[in-house]
Amino acid sequence: MSMNTQGRPTGVEGVETQPGQFESFSGHVGLRLAEPLIFELGSTDTTGVDVPEVEDFDMCLGGLERKSEIGCPGLSEPDTVRHYTRLSRRNYGIDMGVFPLGSCTMKHNPRLNEKMARLPGFGDIHPLQPQSTVQGALGLIDELATWLMTLTGMPAVAMSPKAGAHGELCGVMAIRAALEARGDAREIVLCPESAHGTNPATAAFCGYKVKSIPAKENGRVDIEALKAALDDTVAAVMITNPNTCGLFETEIREIADEIHKAGAFFYADGANFNAIVGKARPGDLGVDAMHINLHKTFSTPHGGGGPGSGPVVFSDALKDFAPVPYVVKDAEGFHLVENKEGKSFGRMVAFHGQMGMYVRALSYMLSHGSDGLKQASEDAVLNANYVLASLKDVMTPSFDGPCMHEALFDDRFLKDTGVTTLDFAKAMIDEGYHPMTMYFPLVVHGAMLIEPTESESKANMDQFIRSMRGLAAAAKAGEVARFEGAPYHAPWKRLDETQAARKPVLRWEAGE
Amino acid sequence: MRYLPLTGADREAMLAKIGVRHVDDLFKDVPSDVLNPTIDLPRHKSELEVERYLSRLAAKNTVAGTVPFFVGAGAYKHHVPATVDHMIQRGEFLTAYTPYQPEIAQGTLQYIFEFQTQVAQLTGMDVANASMYDGSTATAEAVLMARRVTRKKKAVLAGSLHAHYKAVVETTTQYTDDEIVCLTPMPADPEAELQAAIDAIDDATSCVVVQNPGVFGHVLDLTKVAEAAHAKKALLIVVVTEVMSLGLIKSPGEMGADIVVGEGQSIGNGLNFGGPYLGLFATNDKLVRQMPGRLCGETVDADGKRGFVLTLSTREQHIRREKATSNICTNSGLCALAFTIHMTLLGEAGLRGVAKANHKAAYDLKAAMASVPGVEVLNQTFFNEITLKLPVAARAVVDTLADRGILAGVPASRLYPGEGLDDILIMAATETVTADDIQALAAALKEAF
Repeated sequence: MSMNTQGRPTGVEGVETQPGQFESFSGHVGLRLAEPLIFELGSTDTTGVDVPEVEDFDMCLGGLERKSEIGCPGLSEPDTVRHYTRLSRRNYGIDMGVFPLGSCTMKHNPRLNEKMARLPGFGDIHPLQPQSTVQGALGLIDELATWLMTLTGMPAVAMSPKAGAHGELCGVMAIRAALEARGDAREIVLCPESAHGTNPATAAFCGYKVKSIPAKENGRVDIEALKAALDDTVAAVMITNPNTCGLFETEIREIADEIHKAGAFFYADGANFNAIVGKARPGDLGVDAMHINLHKTFSTPHGGGGPGSGPVVFSDALKDFAPVPYVVKDAEGFHLVENKEGKSFGRMVAFHGQMGMYVRALSYMLSHGSDGLKQASEDAVLNANYVLASLKDVMTPSFDGPCMHEALFDDRFLKDTGVTTLDFAKAMIDEGYHPMTMYFPLVVHGAMLIEPTESESKANMDQFIRSMRGLAAAAKAGEVARFEGAPYHAPWKRLDETQAARKPVLRWEAGE
Repeated sequence: MRYLPLTGADREAMLAKIGVRHVDDLFKDVPSDVLNPTIDLPRHKSELEVERYLSRLAAKNTVAGTVPFFVGAGAYKHHVPATVDHMIQRGEFLTAYTPYQPEIAQGTLQYIFEFQTQVAQLTGMDVANASMYDGSTATAEAVLMARRVTRKKKAVLAGSLHAHYKAVVETTTQYTDDEIVCLTPMPADPEAELQAAIDAIDDATSCVVVQNPGVFGHVLDLTKVAEAAHAKKALLIVVVTEVMSLGLIKSPGEMGADIVVGEGQSIGNGLNFGGPYLGLFATNDKLVRQMPGRLCGETVDADGKRGFVLTLSTREQHIRREKATSNICTNSGLCALAFTIHMTLLGEAGLRGVAKANHKAAYDLKAAMASVPGVEVLNQTFFNEITLKLPVAARAVVDTLADRGILAGVPASRLYPGEGLDDILIMAATETVTADDIQALAAALKEAF
């Protein structure tokens, strides 16, 4: 059967007609190729693979053979390639241009790392093979762990968490395990107002109540407010450093001392570690636990939303509580400790974590070396400050002084222009850029957070700056139309998110 | 350094524009006594040097594709068409971010919409999310969701559930007041194992979690469990660690599941020593607002053109913070792309055919193993995985065979230490296994004890 005849009209993407243009007969507009859903293209009896020929035999399924139609259409191999190629061309990626998405660290993804992760010796080995047959893989995990501990100045690392938020969960669970081990029930986790949403969500996941700490005028944690909130009910304080305003917490060691004085633990959100790799070690700043986003700092690809990897480094006070599995080395070689023993708080994932990401991250680290990693941090900070210095007269920086790896602006420069932060960001799409992060952090009004990363050349930066200055000038000159309908030149106009949420259509259905 | 485009002259010019003399002036907020520590790590390497170095490490591992290979237990070696890995490496997919700017991310959003539909179809459910980290974390999230839905606290984990999945559920819920009842694995008596799960359901139960096929390979009708759970207003959570099985076995939805979670690695994704993998999560329409993770939905743009956006985000941490349904943010986007491309190549016809080839390989494996003196095959039913009872400890046999270049399977004692399963061996046979592989295994096994 063909799904194609039952689906929505395949021409639903429509044809844009502008004055002087004619409508095409195909539904395509030049290189802008219309592409329906696979359910409208394929059929359930089409396949793009060589189906193995199997002679009949007595199946051993206990009478549970699937008789109903599954409904998944197939496409031939050429049509499959074309379908996904066409879809890909609707996306913006780092490979296409400047991707200044603050807090997300969209740096270049070296293809060497992809090649290394695909070596059969890493890509085609099973997590439950005998350990004698995976000594190279265990050795790689051990070596990556050494790099992470050395760069952070921390004595231990749990490798298995699958992403940043999962790493946070790992860190806060270790903290809770350590507190329970000393018979110290505590119930509160403190997070600054500027925290990523994952921080309070993670604390709640571990059964803690969350209290917010305000920021000072200069964008840093208000240490007096922190002191006032710290008592023997506080389990941990979760602080991102450099923080989500792109600023280094100047009083970080005093903060750590206050946390420890209250008997609590210092969890550092390492989302912004990329600003200080090789320049400063969290272990020198009093941190007890910190996750590291390998997909930000060490450039494993974001992949349109994952996979990530979130190893967590621990201080001496927490290291015994780390989850299984972990790798140990003795005279015979590397071993995995797979079952909970001692004080370990348990297991966070099946198997051993994100091996594919470990290979990519180690490939990145070996390529940079200690010298290159430090240079990368310096260049990231230099690029962000160059943007800040080049835009501060036309946009409104939220805070004085230099920033770290990202520059934060707010919407004061748009006051009375009729242009919002959202409009401004969408107009960047028409300039050929991915928008910056907007409306985050929550501590400034209409936030615009720009993180150029070290991957941009000065020429790229200069062109980006010219574009941003042009947009700022246009907004101030009252060219509201340029902004309020933006983007005009993207493959799609603004999408109606309200309709999507009000009447959710979350899958394709036949004959709708 | 080949990845850093700034030149010395660029840096000087930029510092001048900023109005500082040295880059460390930009790090003035870092306490000076900790700035620029000595880092005892090697200096940068050329691409050639890195490739040489990592290739040597890789060469120390025994590659699944080069030996007779029967290792499964939650991760499976299947043939992935070359098209899949080629397409996911297009920069527009590989180097894109989460599609928060839908005007320039319709490629990602459309394939997520297609992925969600495929997962819903495979599992026989109404709706699926855009993916979780892996099958084990998806299972833990399902248990937490069942608690939100039922407002009850007791979760029953059947004996058939993979040991790592049990451990992840227990770890994830240890600091909530959930009660987790972990039942004993019974490789030789799957019906009793299932009955124990049914018997454990009471009025306080939020959910019963059953894996199908079970970790020992048995295929079971879960209809009775669904009825027992629903009679007590509890949810049935079905875990599928071998998603290829859905091409041949009645879907969990048809058996009455309320939530289906799974490991999607088998379709589109390689073994990768355990990750990155792909958590699948599907449920019924009426429970969708309690679901964790990202969801993509259909809408229109300002011109009325069909498009897709991330939606129902009021469930998620970036909006709801501590009141979110989960703390998950990053998921397994690119693995989901690999899955959906492979599914598109397969189509229903291809999926059914490959699934049947898996079942046949296991059928042949079972026959060969049954002919080995001293070996007892414990399965009446199976998909592509069977469990053997050996006359000696399975771990020693696996190690002996590994030395002879055969990867024979997973000793149950590796997953369930101290449960009296030392003589139990779990073996998988997928479409990648040849008749020669099975013959070599049987011959080696005959000499192993």
